[in-house]
Amino acid sequence: MKKKIQLTLNGKITTLEVPSHRLLLDLLRDEIGLTGTKEGCGTGDCGACTVFLNGKPVNSCLVLSGELDGTDIVTIEGLKIGPELHPIQKAFIQDGGAQCGYCTPGMLMMSKALLDENPNPTEEEIRFALSGNLCRCTGYAKIIQAVQDAAAELRSKNV
Amino acid sequence: MYQPISLQEASRLLKEHGPGGRFLAGGTDLVIAIKEKGLVPKYVVDLKKIPGLSAIREHADGSVTIGALTTMREVEISPAIIRKFPFLAQSAAEVGSIQIRNRATVGGNMANATPSADVAPGLIALNATAKIVGARGEKTVPLEEFFRGPGQTVMEPDEILTEITIPKTSPQLVGEYIKFSPRDMMDLAYVGVAVTYNLTDINRCSDVRIVLGAVAPTPIRARNSEAILEGQILTAGLAAKVGEETAKECKPISDVRSSADYRRAMVGVMTKRAILNAAAPRNGKVSWCDRRDRRY
Repeated sequence: MKKKIQLTLNGKITTLEVPSHRLLLDLLRDEIGLTGTKEGCGTGDCGACTVFLNGKPVNSCLVLSGELDGTDIVTIEGLKIGPELHPIQKAFIQDGGAQCGYCTPGMLMMSKALLDENPNPTEEEIRFALSGNLCRCTGYAKIIQAVQDAAAELRSKNV
Repeated sequence: MYQPISLQEASRLLKEHGPGGRFLAGGTDLVIAIKEKGLVPKYVVDLKKIPGLSAIREHADGSVTIGALTTMREVEISPAIIRKFPFLAQSAAEVGSIQIRNRATVGGNMANATPSADVAPGLIALNATAKIVGARGEKTVPLEEFFRGPGQTVMEPDEILTEITIPKTSPQLVGEYIKFSPRDMMDLAYVGVAVTYNLTDINRCSDVRIVLGAVAPTPIRARNSEAILEGQILTAGLAAKVGEETAKECKPISDVRSSADYRRAMVGVMTKRAILNAAAPRNGKVSWCDRRDRRY
């Protein structure tokens, strides 16, 4: 059964007709063509598919399209500020916070969620916030370094 | 998928469409059941458009209600819950990841009746009740009697859990929840222990409640153990004795996570620690990472 939904996607109002049972992750990647959001486990364990739903980070692999009418979605494609990469993205590049890159979109979204709430997190707080994002390459040290550097950069800009 | 805007409409949808339908709250269990366990619901009734089901409210009579669609994350960061029941906020923070907790709801977690559900022991220890609404009207049951077995509750298929109520508590109430799992995050409890009691300034304990998760088909109270502590002056030796009794009272199974014997031994240790931690002052922070030093 197809359902007509209207949602705000990366700031643009979008109208779609989709089966209610289609997962948000598949909707983004296969119907809309936003392939930045990745599928890792498909069961809410790895965080690679993290997007913002009404301002809060969620696993898009566990959200059904039928629930989406009237919602606001931001994906990794919406993280840039105009043509510029977001300071969190720049910090991940500068610090080597990505190796194979598959977990990176989810890491960036979750880091954004953390820094929006807490501009100056401790290492423990970063580890706590990113505990639902698995990386099999980096061992996390450089990811945490990147979040700390991004936090410092964002704080210096806001002053 | 249907999106009713009232409880009556939701109940009616289930009546009209018959068996095989499922209610949808946060979806973190339902979608996984569909994907991994081969569940094929005939239809899904999304409850999230029904107003009034997701809020934490403090009432003039001292009680606190938690709407069924309140997310785990909302419980974790709620100033009211952190102030009154810090161990309950912590137990919500033990569930999955922040992404999961932004979706998973308290009501969904209760209705799915997983024996290891992290917030259930704390709520039962707080004497919480569950409000259930269905075609035949409304009823309130103690959460302690709500669970019937893994995945089973006292609710009929067309009934909806709408609200959890925590009755007024004493200003002397202290409590603790310990989730024991060798992994720091993202795992189910091997053993969950919630303890509440009222503590006087000479360390006398009363209204003791000890509730165990993941070591029986449902969360259970350890009544014999409660009786040992009731009315007594708290000491480390007494806490250890209560722990030993609790280990005898639980009925764990062996599974992929742990053997029954290991679970039983850990119930004893964690109960002792929970009793002693409850009496120790908290530093005001309740996030998991700040609490870790006191757990092991």
